[in-house]
Amino acid sequence: MPKLTVDGIEVEVEAGATVLQACEEAGKEIPRFCYHERLSIAGNCRMCLVEMERAPKPVASCAMPAADGMVIKTDSDLVKKARNGVMEFLLINHPLDCPICDQGGECDLQDQAMAYGFDSSRYAEKKRAVKDKELGPIVKTIMTRCIHCTRCVRFSEEVAGVGTMGAVYRGEDTEVGPYIEASINSELSGNLIDLCPVGALTSKPYAFTARPWELKKTDSIDVMDAVGSNIRIDARSSEVLRVLPRINEDVNEEWISDKTRYAIDGLKRQRLDRPYVRVDGKLVPASWDEAFAAIKARVSGLDGKKIAAIAGDTVDCESMTALKDLMGSLGSANIDCRQDGSKVGGPRSSYIFNTTIAGIEEADACLIVGANVRAEAPIINSRLRKRWRATNGDFRVGIIGEKWDPTYKNDYLGAGPETLAEILDGKNDFAKILKAADKPMIIVGMGALNREDGDAVLAATRAIAEKFGMVAGEWNGFNVLHTAASRVGGLDLGFVPGEGCLATNDILDGAAKGAVEVVYLLGADEVDMSKLEKAFVIYQGAMGDAGAQAADVILPGAAYTEKNGTYVNTEGRAQQGWRAVFPRGDAREDWAIVRALSGALDKTLPYNNIDAVRARMVELSPTFASLNVPTKAEWTDFGNAGEMKSDGFMSPVRNFYMTDPISRASVTMAKCTEAFVKDAAAEKVA
Amino acid sequence: MSHLRRPAPKELQPVSFAFTPENLDKAKKIIAKYPEGRQQSAVMPLLDLAQRQTEGNWVPTVAMDYLADMLEMPAIRVYEVATFYTMYNLAPVGKNFIQVCTTTPCWLRGSADVVDTCKKELGIGVGETTQDGQFTMIEVECLGACVNAPMMQINDDYYEDLTADTTKAILDALKKGEKPKVGPQSGRKGCEPLDGPKVLKAFCGCGAAPQDADASKGDA
Amino acid sequence: MQAKGTPDMLQDKDRIFTNLYGFQDFGLKGAQSRGNWDGTKGLIEKGRDWIIDEMKSSGMRGRGGAGFPTGLKWSFMPKESDGRPSYLVVNADEGEPGTCKDREIMRNDPHTLIEGCLLASFAMNAHAAYIYIRGEFYHEASNLQLAIDQAYEAGLVGKNACGSGWDFDIYLHLGAGAYICGEETALIESLEGKKGQPRLKPPFPANSGLYGCPTTVNNVESIAAVPTILRRGGSWFSSFGRENNHGTKLFAISGHVEKPCTVEEAMSIPLRELIEKHCGGVRGGWDNLLAVIPGGSSVPLMPKDVCDDVLMDFDGLREVGSGLGTAAVIVMDKSTDIVYAIARLSEFYKHESCGQCTPCREGTGWMMRMMTRMVRGEATLDEIDLLWDVTKQVEGHTICALGDAAAWPIQGLIRHFRPEMERRIKEYRARIAA
Repeated sequence: MPKLTVDGIEVEVEAGATVLQACEEAGKEIPRFCYHERLSIAGNCRMCLVEMERAPKPVASCAMPAADGMVIKTDSDLVKKARNGVMEFLLINHPLDCPICDQGGECDLQDQAMAYGFDSSRYAEKKRAVKDKELGPIVKTIMTRCIHCTRCVRFSEEVAGVGTMGAVYRGEDTEVGPYIEASINSELSGNLIDLCPVGALTSKPYAFTARPWELKKTDSIDVMDAVGSNIRIDARSSEVLRVLPRINEDVNEEWISDKTRYAIDGLKRQRLDRPYVRVDGKLVPASWDEAFAAIKARVSGLDGKKIAAIAGDTVDCESMTALKDLMGSLGSANIDCRQDGSKVGGPRSSYIFNTTIAGIEEADACLIVGANVRAEAPIINSRLRKRWRATNGDFRVGIIGEKWDPTYKNDYLGAGPETLAEILDGKNDFAKILKAADKPMIIVGMGALNREDGDAVLAATRAIAEKFGMVAGEWNGFNVLHTAASRVGGLDLGFVPGEGCLATNDILDGAAKGAVEVVYLLGADEVDMSKLEKAFVIYQGAMGDAGAQAADVILPGAAYTEKNGTYVNTEGRAQQGWRAVFPRGDAREDWAIVRALSGALDKTLPYNNIDAVRARMVELSPTFASLNVPTKAEWTDFGNAGEMKSDGFMSPVRNFYMTDPISRASVTMAKCTEAFVKDAAAEKVA
Repeated sequence: MSHLRRPAPKELQPVSFAFTPENLDKAKKIIAKYPEGRQQSAVMPLLDLAQRQTEGNWVPTVAMDYLADMLEMPAIRVYEVATFYTMYNLAPVGKNFIQVCTTTPCWLRGSADVVDTCKKELGIGVGETTQDGQFTMIEVECLGACVNAPMMQINDDYYEDLTADTTKAILDALKKGEKPKVGPQSGRKGCEPLDGPKVLKAFCGCGAAPQDADASKGDA
Repeated sequence: MQAKGTPDMLQDKDRIFTNLYGFQDFGLKGAQSRGNWDGTKGLIEKGRDWIIDEMKSSGMRGRGGAGFPTGLKWSFMPKESDGRPSYLVVNADEGEPGTCKDREIMRNDPHTLIEGCLLASFAMNAHAAYIYIRGEFYHEASNLQLAIDQAYEAGLVGKNACGSGWDFDIYLHLGAGAYICGEETALIESLEGKKGQPRLKPPFPANSGLYGCPTTVNNVESIAAVPTILRRGGSWFSSFGRENNHGTKLFAISGHVEKPCTVEEAMSIPLRELIEKHCGGVRGGWDNLLAVIPGGSSVPLMPKDVCDDVLMDFDGLREVGSGLGTAAVIVMDKSTDIVYAIARLSEFYKHESCGQCTPCREGTGWMMRMMTRMVRGEATLDEIDLLWDVTKQVEGHTICALGDAAAWPIQGLIRHFRPEMERRIKEYRARIAA
């Protein structure tokens, strides 16, 4: 642990730390542009120069390894001159765009120029100008502003793995960009906008919309997939304008996917902002009382066996709790949070990502079964990629299922259960790699589990985990990758059929036959609505998608940006999001709707505020007692060995950009689909 | 910035590229010079090979993609290399690619005359190509032949110790399709003084001076 | 003024590069007739410690411009491999304006270089050497490759080189037009198939160089001199030149001399003697001399009065605020537009900047544009101070020495020829006022 002195302050840092980190440890701010903790060191902006005793010239603190006995000065004349000088150089060719530049107010160059620049320019020569590059619907470019820090080049190559961005030509003619006409085809491309310290790469959907000081910032959790990325929602009065990542080293580090970031413009369209009741085949606006009355009329006195509820993919735990309790009080346990018809559930370790996302960085081999991790959870795929890079390719990843490009070298092993069997038999070469690995892991996706033979597949993957020592001591390498933000929360709460009761497919079949008469869809839009034609459908949600079209009563709920809610990610980590803006029009918070409905049905639920709901959640599952940590699950038996079908595993995500009502309503997601999804069977905007 | 330092427009870019069998063979030998797994090192000599194979002596974008494939590297990394080094022409050049050095040592000895002569004799400006595609003329930085200044490089050959007259003579010969004598045009062989070597005479066939009598064999 | 023990002119018997002018066969036969490859096996058998000690005692300092003691540099290489191979890389990029000496070695006496590579590689525990030659040197590379092929055929390199038991491979790699690749880490990057952008140091190449392996980068002349130094002994080499500035050196004298040429002379030779004895003197006589850049464009110029007495070695030139660099002597007489001469160098550096770091990428352009105006006098007097300031802002703040190299010529100009710059400005301002 090197000990060194910074401005007279003695600090001790980890071995391998840089002088910059030592300076920060000493509480000294070091200006920088090219340095970023999560990217390789470039050392080319020269803004971080500090004085080091016995060095002939100032050193780049971001690159100089800290060593014992170093004496560093960050406040000397030499350093001041160096910073002024570098800042001056950055500004001589930088256009005076601040008034029209989106980065204004959150621009590293502005901030550091204030602190370390001159008040006027001495440059009297011509300034260079650079042609803009067309990078797709997400990243807007004004390349004259580029200061060549190469963060985008390094991110593109290292984290995203698409290697689109480069720095071509030479000297002052250097241009950052793809050289050819190419868009950045990566689900993580939006992060480039955060990384770019100036306004060269900005957000195209958000262009010219707002200044950062106008925005109210709210911490929340993403629901576009099951990763539970930590986000910050920026809103101005009642409008959500953008979503940015929050740092969480264990979940999403500093990144979010493009869908997380940009699907929010869908929130402006197809909104359910008032209750509706279907009268003579047409949906007619109604008041809350009228809507509740319509429900009461249908439900009162009905046998609980004829009532069912299905929870969708982006639902918060509070509303699932309320609905489960309401269903219970109506005598129904025909409830299911798995609208895709899968049978995941049972012991907790059988349905969570046991290794945890951060735990991936300890694995030395990985078998992916029936999951297109890149489309289903780009953040998790980027963690796999991070591990692959850190081990220089020694981290072997085998894929069973569809062929997809993970952006790192992988062994494609086969399409389906046959290959699973080969691994179990030890016949497949990859079995040797798993055997030799110290900490092997397996990722099982919904593509493997949401089939008829899902239980058998689960058993087979469990057997692989056991056979190759994936669960030993502290290490649990068995992982289920969910695609829905609400799934694990629902399973933890027990929003699954009671003994002998109906699961999703049975509910749908029952409704088609007339055995199930009332179906309560809580934000569930991806079930086969044609089977619900006979039933009385209550749709509660925020977006007017397939569910609303099939509904007899629409109860307008709040989107995730409009309510306080708890979500449990695929790791089993419960996290809470806060309300950024109020729900639209007459819409209300979802658990409150169910509570109000319960009153109208004379089955009043025993909670009056969200804390009480949350207390109930803790009753149902201890997960909710400890927030923000991946509650460990005991390894136990699960799955039923049996015959597996021969068809290959297919990921449920066919178009990354459109997987739920919000993203389906988004114009930006439609543009991305057009630009990036090859056989976009025109996912029409609803 | 010369037009050669920007990719040729779409209309000129071919749609495919592949090494001839002969060049493919050469390519394999080149790749073998570098350790296993380090074939990216070959990108520079292979870009040169692709350039020599291409009519117009340049590197089309498809050739860069072809090499990216062959060397298992992302295409953008090949683009970066191809655009960084000035000897890769990103657009076609004339049959005689004239590169006149005008850096200070050559300028001191009259490189301006060489440039002017080229302009006059060829009827083009710096960075331009003659109508018939026979000559392209550009100014370049130091070519490393400073004691034989002023000089110019035409394709692979250095023409040194130039004057306006000898420059014209070279261009005249090339116009006729002849290959002029390469190297110093002043009568000297290389970097020895113009009127003959002052030292190492015994090694230059100019008569041995007494002190150099035993200089021909080194000591053991 | 002469170094002790040095006669008036270096004698041919003490010249290493006997085929400098290329009158003889550059191939193996010619080389052997000139004493190359004589007893190489025996030299290797004396062991690497002996070789390194001999190089240290010879006082040889790197001939590529930096002047770092060669023997000391080799001793930084790991004695034992930790699993990674070690490499010798020869810097034959020769791009410094004024410099044209290595081409002569490579096209006329390539076997000196090849034998040197073998001996140097053995000394640093390397089994392979890569020679990085600038792409424009087509004929030089051609001759060198032929010589390498001959050496392989004759068993002088390859497996069991010269029968010494040491396996040694030598490869030629051509550059493609980038002066910056003469910087050792940029050269390594280029060899690896990337843009020639210098790396940050630390880590140093001896620790992590080519392909992340221990590497030493040496200039052509430094390596090519090795066999002769080892055959004749380090003390022979150190008998030339002053203390700390030993040996013989190839000097390339260009510009306004009667007879520009390249010649091998003893270190510490007085500049005036070099120019007058070998190049027929300054055009128009010594008093017609304006200024000399003694070591390639990256060192500051010296006005005539400094040139009168200065000795051509590392210390002598450093003491007068310049440097020996590559010993590329650019002579300018009184007819020279000295401001343009320097402005053209500024243009050179701007063209060759790799663009990686801010001060060089932006600064070389700024300096060039100001210098261009200074040629015309299209400026104000205080802009000379601004220009000085800009050079000071670039100097010392860049990743590699190209930034310094771009700054120094301008500083030399302002330091010694400010009156000329002011004169032009006054003239220009008067002209436009009229």
